[in-house]
Order: sequence, then C-alpha cells, then structure tokens
Amino acid sequence: MKIHLKVWRQRNGESKGYLEDHQVEADEHMSFLEMMDVLNEDLVSKKETPVAFEHDCREGICGSCNMVINGQPHGPDSGTTTCQLHMRSFKDGDTVVVEPWRAVAFPVIKDLIVDRSSFDRIIQAGGYISVNTGQAQDGNAIPIEKGRSAFAMDAAECIGCGACVAACPNASAMLFTSAKVAHLGTMPQGEVEQSTRVQSMVKQMDLEGFGMCSNTGACEAECPKGISITNIALMNRQYAGSVLGSEKSV
Amino acid sequence: MELKSNIPEGKIATKWENYRGKMNLVAPNNKRRLEIIVVGTGLAGASAAATFGELGYKVKCFTFHDSPRRAHSIAAQGGINAAKNYQNDGDSVYRLFYDTVKGGDYRSREANVHRLAEVSRNIIDQCVAQGVPFAREYGGLLANRSFGGVQVSRTFYARGQTGQQLLLGAYQALSRQISLGNVEMYNRHEMLDLVKIDGKARGIIARNMLTGKSERFPAHCVVLATGGYGNVFYLSTNAMGSNVTAAWRAVKKGALMANPCYTQIHPTCIPVSGEYQSKLTLMSESLRNDGRVWVPNKVEDAEAIQRGEKTALDIEESDRDYYLERRYPAFGNLVPRDVASRAAKVACDEGKGVSKTGLAVYLDFAAAIQRYGKSAAISQGIKNPNDDKIIELGEAVVKEKYGNLFQMYEKITAENPYKMPMKIYPAVHYTMGGVWVDYNLETNVPGLFCLGEANFSDHGANRLGASALMQGLADGYFVIPYTVGPFLSKEIRTPQIDANSPEFLAAEKETNEKLERLIKIQGNQSVESFHRRLGKIMWEYCGMARDAEGLKKGRQMIRDLRAEFYNDVFVPGEVNEFNPELEKASRVADFLELGEVMMLDALDRDESCGGHFRSEYASEEGEAKRNDEDYAYVAAWEWDEIEPKVHKEHLEFKDIELKTRSYK
Repeated sequence: MKIHLKVWRQRNGESKGYLEDHQVEADEHMSFLEMMDVLNEDLVSKKETPVAFEHDCREGICGSCNMVINGQPHGPDSGTTTCQLHMRSFKDGDTVVVEPWRAVAFPVIKDLIVDRSSFDRIIQAGGYISVNTGQAQDGNAIPIEKGRSAFAMDAAECIGCGACVAACPNASAMLFTSAKVAHLGTMPQGEVEQSTRVQSMVKQMDLEGFGMCSNTGACEAECPKGISITNIALMNRQYAGSVLGSEKSV
Repeated sequence: MELKSNIPEGKIATKWENYRGKMNLVAPNNKRRLEIIVVGTGLAGASAAATFGELGYKVKCFTFHDSPRRAHSIAAQGGINAAKNYQNDGDSVYRLFYDTVKGGDYRSREANVHRLAEVSRNIIDQCVAQGVPFAREYGGLLANRSFGGVQVSRTFYARGQTGQQLLLGAYQALSRQISLGNVEMYNRHEMLDLVKIDGKARGIIARNMLTGKSERFPAHCVVLATGGYGNVFYLSTNAMGSNVTAAWRAVKKGALMANPCYTQIHPTCIPVSGEYQSKLTLMSESLRNDGRVWVPNKVEDAEAIQRGEKTALDIEESDRDYYLERRYPAFGNLVPRDVASRAAKVACDEGKGVSKTGLAVYLDFAAAIQRYGKSAAISQGIKNPNDDKIIELGEAVVKEKYGNLFQMYEKITAENPYKMPMKIYPAVHYTMGGVWVDYNLETNVPGLFCLGEANFSDHGANRLGASALMQGLADGYFVIPYTVGPFLSKEIRTPQIDANSPEFLAAEKETNEKLERLIKIQGNQSVESFHRRLGKIMWEYCGMARDAEGLKKGRQMIRDLRAEFYNDVFVPGEVNEFNPELEKASRVADFLELGEVMMLDALDRDESCGGHFRSEYASEEGEAKRNDEDYAYVAAWEWDEIEPKVHKEHLEFKDIELKTRSYK
C-alpha cells in the first residue's frame, strides 16, 4: 500500500517547523512506527536526515511514542498507543499527517520529539508516598478493600505519554495529575499526605504552563489506557477541601 | 587473574545476616561527602539511587530515556516472586532458593541466590508501603498466583502490568529524592565510558543526547544498572533502546563479561512477519495451560500452508504432530521455556513451520474450546447441544480466561485466534549473563558495581518466571545500599574526585574520537542494516541450538561484519547535535564486539545447560546434557580485539545436590 505522508520537521526548538511530503510503500501488517522506520531507512539511503521520533518498548507500556496522526493523538484507533497502531487501519493511497504533541509545556526538541520533563516535575512535587527503604511494615498489615485497590490500579495504569495534554484544547495536564493523585490518595498508605500532595502537584502543574480544565473530556477519549475523568472530579474535590480546610497550605 | 567471589564464611542461612551485622559502614556525616553515580533507572537503578539518596549519599543518576519512568522494566507483565508463604502452601526462603538454583540448571552462585530469597520478603513490604496496587483478595489481603517451574503460589502481581507498577513505585521514590536534592537526575544522558583513577572506578563520560556533547562526571564509585543485552539479536522482546553500551564500555576498561552465552529464549511470541519487523511481542506463558502446540506431520502440508494454499483447518487430526505431548508426556505443553523453544525450532528445521517464513508453530485452542463448551453445556443444563452451541459456550470460557491476550494477538496479526490457531515462535527475551560481580555486587574493578539484569549472578543458565523483578529490586533496595559499605568506608578521606584530572580528559577525548570516527566513515549502508545482519548471525549460530562448527563460523562472520561496519556504515548528521542515528551506531558497534564474545563463550562451554544448548552435548532423546565435572564454573571474559580471554570462577554447591532436570 502507498501512503502519502506529511511529516512535521523541525530542526530544533528555536527553528521554524514545516510539513514535509513523503511517499512510503507500506505493508498492512506493519505497525505505524515500522512504517516510519521504512521512511527513515529510505532517507538514510538517500543520505538525508531521518525523521526523529520517540519510541522504545513498542508494546504500548513505556509511554515514549507520541504522534498526532491526522489530528488525533496516537491515531484513529481507540485504546492504542502509536506503536500499537497498524497500517491496516489506513487505506492504500491515504494521506496521513503526522505531528508532535502540541503544548506550551511540551516544547519541541526535534521533528516529532517533545520535552515532557514537566511531567517528571509534577511527580517530584508530591506524586509519591514518603517512605524510606526498610521502614515498611508487613505487606499484609494494611488490608485494602478489593474494589478500592482496583480503583487505584485503574488510575495507576497511566503511562505518562501526554496524549491527554495533546488532546486538550487548553493543553491541560489535569488527567495526568489527577490519575496520580487518585492512585495514591485512594490507598490508606497514601492518604496521610494527600492534602499536601494535591496542593503541591496542582501548583507545579500550573507553574509548568499547562492550561485549565474546561471539561471537554477529550483527554479521556484519547487516552490509550482509558484513564477516567472521574479522577479529575476527585482531585478537584480534594483540592478544594485541602485549600479551604487543611491546616497546611503549600 | 583470580576471581574472588568474597562469599562470607558460615552457614548459608545466616551468612547474609552475619555479614551485614559486621561489615564496615559509613557514618552519616561522611555519607554527605561521598558521591555515587548510578547509571540506569530501571527497577535496580531507580531503587538503588533512591535508597542511596535516603541514606544521605550524594547521588547522580543517569538515563538515556527522556524520563526515568521509561526504563524497560516497565514492560514486565507476570509478577514478582517472594517467599512470604501467605498462602500457607509450604513456601519458604529455602524453597525459593532451591527452585531458583535448580531452575538455573545449577550454574548460579548459591550464596547470592539465598540472599535473594531472603530479601524477597522485604521487597513486597516496601512496595506495598510505596502504594503499589498489588492484586488483592476479597478480605483485602495480598493475592498470589503460580508461575512456571514451582509448586507453590508465591507470585505477587498487579494485573498484567506488574513491572510497570513496581517501576513507578521506584520512580516515585527516586522522584522524592530528586525533589529533596539528594539525587541529581540526568535524563537523556548516555554513559559512553568508565573513568578509572589508580585502578578504581571514579566516574563516567556521558553524552548529553540533546546537545551531543560528552561530559565528565566524577564520583567516589559507580553503579551500573543498565539492563540486558538481548538486542544483540536485533529482534527480541526488549525495547528498541535497550543496549549493552554502558556495561560493554566498562568491560573495555577492565571489567569482565560473565557467561554471555546464557540467553533466555521465550517460546510463545508472535512470529516475525516481515523484513521490516522491528521487535517481537510476548504472549503470556499462561496460554500453554489450554493451548496445544502442533505442526503438520507432512512437510507437503506445511509447504502448502507456507504458500497460503492451505490453513490449519485443512489439516486432518491424524496429520497433526502435537510434538510436545509426544516427546514430553509427563509435562506436555507445559514444559519449561528452554525445552519448549528448542522443540519448536526442531519442528521448523524439519520444514514443518506454518507461516509464510516457515518459522512458526500453532498454538491451538480448539480442543480447549470443545472441552469447556461441553462442560458449560452440562452446568447450564443444555441437553444435546449442537456443535455451534458447544463452540459458542467454549469460546466464552476461553474469552473470560485469556480475553485480553486474544485481543492483543488479534490487534497485531489481524487473525481471530478463536477460529484459527495462534501462530507462535520463540524469541530472545532475557540475558542471564552479564558483568561479573562478587558477593558485594562489585566487579573486578574496585568501586564499580553492577546490579539487576546487567550482572550475571542469580539466574544461572536459565531464569524462572517472575524472578527478574525480584532480583532488580533486591539488588537496588536491599543489597547494594549495604554492600557498597566495604568499599566506601575506605574512601572517607578521599576528597572530591577531580573531573579535570588527566584520566577524565583522556577518556573524554577518546569518547569524542570514537563518535567522530563513526560519522567520518560516510559509507553506504545504514546502521539498521548492520544491526539486522548481526542479529541474523547471532540467531543462526548462537541461538536456540549451537554447535562448535557453527560457532566458529559465526565468530568469523561477526569479525568480518565488524570490519565492514567500520568501512561502510553511514551515519548522518554531526556529533554535537541531537542525533539518534549516531546513538544507534555507537550501540551497534558494541554489539558487534559482544556478539563475538558470546560465540566464544558458547564455544568454550562444551556442555548443554539451561538456555545454552550445544547439539553435540545432548542425550539420545535430544535433551540437554550438563557436565558438572568440567563446567561448573562461571566463564568471565576479558575483552581483547584479537583474542578475548576467559577467567574462571569455580562454583561450589554445598547446600543443593546437583541433579539432572527431566520433564518426560
């Protein structure tokens, strides 16, 4: 199958980007990234610079890959990362536009690669439980109700890819941040610090330049792991409670 | 060179406790002045860096990823073993120790494995405290499941994403130390050299991948936790970026590569579908509980399938060879990984493979669907159900058990595994070999330590399921924080290491020259094409079955390929810029050397054990034949461009009797 690609090229963060046209001979069994490999092999054989894109595990769990394909983060299939998307989702002769995540807090590094270290800094602001190695009690000393644990796990499945930000018209990181707040705060081990955690993480999120949430729900629709916006509601409630009622404000 | 394992004296059960109680420690006021470099942020690296930070050391931590959370530990699915005996089913530290040594086909170091089994219990406690959402029972307590090769339920899990959840736990602990200023994190930095001063490891040269500039980083000691080297085979279940470079550069500075030929090849992966394929995907081992593995009896049938003229459904029951059930009646389709993988290869070598490439076997659920369908009909009170009804009921049961895996298979292959048997083939998954370390996880270079999959110590010649996560976290949380003491306690008077010393400047210069050399070749072939060719040589001559002749030939082919690489590779761009092709080239250059040592190691080991199968050393029935008399040793290789040299550490088995593994 022939694919007409329009790929975002940008030499670095300072330079101006543009869409570049390429023809790729693909096979319907290829993954989308393997199709990109074919393009790059072709560019290298012509001694041109290959398209830089982020990828690693290629099985949908590391959260590295991040392409906006025909306007949709991770492409047309639901519940899939870019690396899990296959070319059979496209037709022979299709034109496919490939762009990086677009958000102020995710500046472009080169071509399709963006800087997502803002996510790391949100976690560093409080996305953890303060326990040193060796301080733990026996694992079974804290029983946790099965449903509650499952709810925490649903939130913990976030892979930190940033599709939620890319999908959001305001480039908000509320889904990412709230998933961690919900994961930790739902479990008794994490409840202790929840009040300061939610304030610190939200504060950092704002500092990084992510936008506000206006409840469009695009984040949930595009999330490859199906993280629910229920987490956002939970975080909003806890944030309000924490700011108004907490003994400590961050 | 004499390899000193430094195993403490005393009984195996109390060795670690006694040693820990008496070893030299570093006082808190001194810890503040001592710097530690940790390379890698997978389970071992992240847990070590976080723990060092908590203890008060000054830590610098490095990853080539954009974030520590992306390390490939994240992709581990099944679970993590621990001798908690929460199920009251007879588990104990000794049993976990025994299972691991036996599973490794008696080629691991007893004392290290026993310590691993001891600390396994602490890992679960620590992870629960960090908020890892392990699976739970209705009563709120931790759930367990069974894994291959053992008779107890000791595997803890978080759905099919145990690795992800454990890594996020370690990543969060690390993030906390970063926020407290105890750990300085260097993302997108790749270690390209080890710096030694007066024979001790004193820092690294790392390339800032964004600017392309090599930078000098000094410390009092260096800890490598950089994972396995399965990608030397090009196609594997490893992530695309997984590589041997940090470990290999340390080997080139005098560390030793131990047992590099021990590779775990996992039997149930989705087969290669074309030349363009970049990686392989694992299908859980649990599928072999209900799937039957077969190939056609007749080569003509297999060829017709390969040409696309027939499908599995056209092959009569009597024309099918359920070869695992035939060869291993006692264990059938549930033989261990190494045995199942080899048997699949034998079938395909006979020309009976069932895909376009001839490299696949069937994993068939039709019998399970029939069986479950009939019993479902009985339990639902349906009398005289027709075939369609039975299949409908049976498929529902299979869906409930394996639905997510079937869906994943269908997503990748676009074939419906309920109707058409899955096609599977073995793939490289894990490397048991790695940098040689002693009981302290210290290499033969003083001050250089190595953890997790990157070292060789705990899994012998074959790793059991759910033990990789256990080892990574054991090393990082509960071993290295102590065992770094004997070295660092002697360094409390050593001032801050000078990054402008001649050794650092020389290493930096050498690193830059290596990178420049790659760019300057300006040949005609891509890095990828060399990597692919190397992978094929490795797979052909150092894969599931090896023999002396092939290994010699393979070694020569790698040497030729390496020469060709340095003559004709094309690397675009410049050194001092963000240049992913250059990163790849530098890693493939290292694989091209490692591959040769793997061939040599496999050639040196005139026996078959675990993942290492030499066709010359097989029983009459074609099973692996170990030679404990001559080969109960660790082969640790010193790199040399002309002739790498082997050093041996003899393995002593005092607490476990050496036996033959049989699955018939």
